[in-house]
Amino acid sequence: MSLLEIKNLHVTVGGQEILKGIDLTVNAGEVHSIMGPNGSGKSTLAQVLARRDAYTVTEGSITLDGKDLLAMKPEEAACEGVFLAFQYPVEIPGIGNTYFLRSALNAQRKHRGLDEMDAMDFLPLFREKLRLLEMDDKLMNRSLNEGFSGGEKKRNEILQMAVLEPRLAILDETDSGLDIDALRIVANGVNSLRSPDRAMVVVTHYQRLLNYIVPDFVHVLVDGRIVLSGGKELALELEEKGYAWTEAETVGVRA
Amino acid sequence: MSTDMNVVHELASREYEWGFVTDIEEDRIPKGLSEDVIRMISAKKHEPEFMLEWRLKAYRHWASLEKSGAEPKWANVKFPPIDYQDIAYYSAPKQKKQLNSLEELDPEILRTYEKLGIPLAEQKLLANVAVDAVFDSVSVATTFKAKLAEAGVIFCSFSEAVKNHPELVKKYLGSVVPHTDNFYAALNAAVFSDGSFVYVPKGVRCPMELSTYFRINAAETGQFERTLIVADEGAYVSYLEGCTAPVRDENQLHAAVVELVALDNAQIRYSTVQNWYPGDKNGKGGIYNFVTKRGKCAGRNSKISWTQVETGSAITWKYPSCILQGDNSVGEFYSVALTNNWQQADTGTKMIHLGKNTRSTIVSKGISAGHGQNTYRGQVKILKGAQGARNYTQCDSLLIGDKCGAHTFPYIEVKNSSARMEHEAATSKIGEDQLFYLQQRGLKTEDAVSMIVNGFCKQVFRELPMEFAVEAQKLLSVSLEGSVG
Ligand SMILES: Nc1ncnc2c1ncn2[C@@H]1O[C@H](COP(=O)(O)OP(=O)(O)OP(=O)(O)O)[C@@H](O)[C@H]1O
Ligand SMILES: [Mg+2]
Repeated sequence: MSLLEIKNLHVTVGGQEILKGIDLTVNAGEVHSIMGPNGSGKSTLAQVLARRDAYTVTEGSITLDGKDLLAMKPEEAACEGVFLAFQYPVEIPGIGNTYFLRSALNAQRKHRGLDEMDAMDFLPLFREKLRLLEMDDKLMNRSLNEGFSGGEKKRNEILQMAVLEPRLAILDETDSGLDIDALRIVANGVNSLRSPDRAMVVVTHYQRLLNYIVPDFVHVLVDGRIVLSGGKELALELEEKGYAWTEAETVGVRA
Repeated sequence: MSTDMNVVHELASREYEWGFVTDIEEDRIPKGLSEDVIRMISAKKHEPEFMLEWRLKAYRHWASLEKSGAEPKWANVKFPPIDYQDIAYYSAPKQKKQLNSLEELDPEILRTYEKLGIPLAEQKLLANVAVDAVFDSVSVATTFKAKLAEAGVIFCSFSEAVKNHPELVKKYLGSVVPHTDNFYAALNAAVFSDGSFVYVPKGVRCPMELSTYFRINAAETGQFERTLIVADEGAYVSYLEGCTAPVRDENQLHAAVVELVALDNAQIRYSTVQNWYPGDKNGKGGIYNFVTKRGKCAGRNSKISWTQVETGSAITWKYPSCILQGDNSVGEFYSVALTNNWQQADTGTKMIHLGKNTRSTIVSKGISAGHGQNTYRGQVKILKGAQGARNYTQCDSLLIGDKCGAHTFPYIEVKNSSARMEHEAATSKIGEDQLFYLQQRGLKTEDAVSMIVNGFCKQVFRELPMEFAVEAQKLLSVSLEGSVG
């Protein structure tokens, strides 16, 4: 059974159809990259997988380990192992990063029938992940993402992912806003989480990220449809020729 | 409406946990208010003549106010007129004789306080907190008396203070909130039945937190307690106040007065977690909480801090204030006020700067949910002599849903041009994006909401003593019923 199975997915937002029939199968252990022009629906797909309410699924199905993902609430999907690294992480004043992350981990552990972790148990785990992402723990004494730089927010997303150890990680433009060193560090963090029973969907505009996180598959999303799929070399070709080429290519295929 | 919103709505059916009634024999006087009633209250309490005179003066003032229809109408709250003749002004658990120890207390009352989580028996006290418990109109127990006496701290019921320390009572009673201050203060001065009294002598740091727990039990009664705290030169005291009431369909009146006096270099921290019965989700019943609280920084370098977490009551009308008389004195007000369902709160503070280099800080966090209406009303007054006075005001509102309201009325009056004033205000809504972010990490809607709200209140909770902060957070989560949507 595939970890993630998307079939003929149609999604509308504010009455407008954004996704127009997506089919995608992701197996455990695989990394899939999704590329495509601005506004093509990449974030929409990511948000639907995370079960955001504002997006209405009008047709199609999604299963996670064979379970109906569309029947799940956001927190249920999270507890079943769906993690979304947001394109734009929000700031929440007054909530400590560490406290928040431990609460989230405990909510997920509870769902899986595991004991909750107290602050003492949590700390070594947390420290290890901070080191993995070369993050300053001073940052963690501040409120959740509050006043974080763009790059710090993105790094914090991957830190959370490293602590929560999801089954399916969706990274929405995690590379944008990262400087060259941070990109390498974050990519290393992501790579260290690659495992045979975990899958990743990596949304990006740039081939550069894929030099670090080498995908098994690359899909091109244009106007709500996957118009092209291939191996990692597809990203290079895109970088060279641009999306116009894929449109020509698709027309060619259809004709 | 989204499913998240529904989940939060389900929380609305959560009941007020402290709404039970204790079955005890009570000694009460008939409903109604007159000079005879005042005399009866005073007689029941075996008060000295000066107290009776003081009460009667207040009563006559109140009666003239009532006659001329001078009940305050300016607050941003709505309620039907109160029939002051339809309230019983004194109700006390019947006790056969003067209590000498806790063992003699009616076990039903002890059980009530245990249910409320207020262990009265000293040996059961884990926390370093001395408790005075006020049940309906009278103070029923004060714990840790001996240890406090050793430090020279007087912590007793108001009645005892009148008996045992009349010179202190005479000197300070009404010195901060005179009976002429306002309608409810006049009423309280006339009929107040008990409350707490604290005196911390010169140079003494009170060795533990002092706490009073107020409980309204009897039906159709009002509760009018009076608290007086005096910190003599160089003294320090931290005082906590908590309150609950049974669930009843009728509204009940609570009109308390609190007076604080800080002399040279003294400091008083006064914290309140107010959880009177707020009424049901249709707005039936609940406490009218009309309270006058004021502190006087009478001495140089003195400091008074008010910290309040207001989650209960159908209507709250309350402005803990500071008169900054001594040079370099400091006044602080930290407030969280939550209104849910049909609750109304009109609360804030007054900072009156008289002395030189006086400083005040106001941090107000209003949370409105359901049909709740939350008003911040604050006054900062810098008088002529207050050279170098400073005020910082921050006033934030958080809206949960779209049927509630937040209102802000800051009044500023500056008569000395050297004053420095800073004012910040912000109104925000719990963002769907914030909620989703937390849910995406696995948190349930209600946990996500209370996490966001607690974060919003952080600045205020930080000011509370540790055990109280935890209590306040729990209370806030429970009170956030039916919040989103
Ligand atoms: N709430 C909304 N209401 C109306 N339109 C929306 C809403 N959310 C997204 N859209 C529209 O849906 C389309 C797809 O948006 P989406 O964010 O999925 O694009 P994207 O592929 O992630 O783009 P980018 O590369 O710029 O991040 C856009 O045209 C966007 O304006
Ligand atoms: Mg996007």
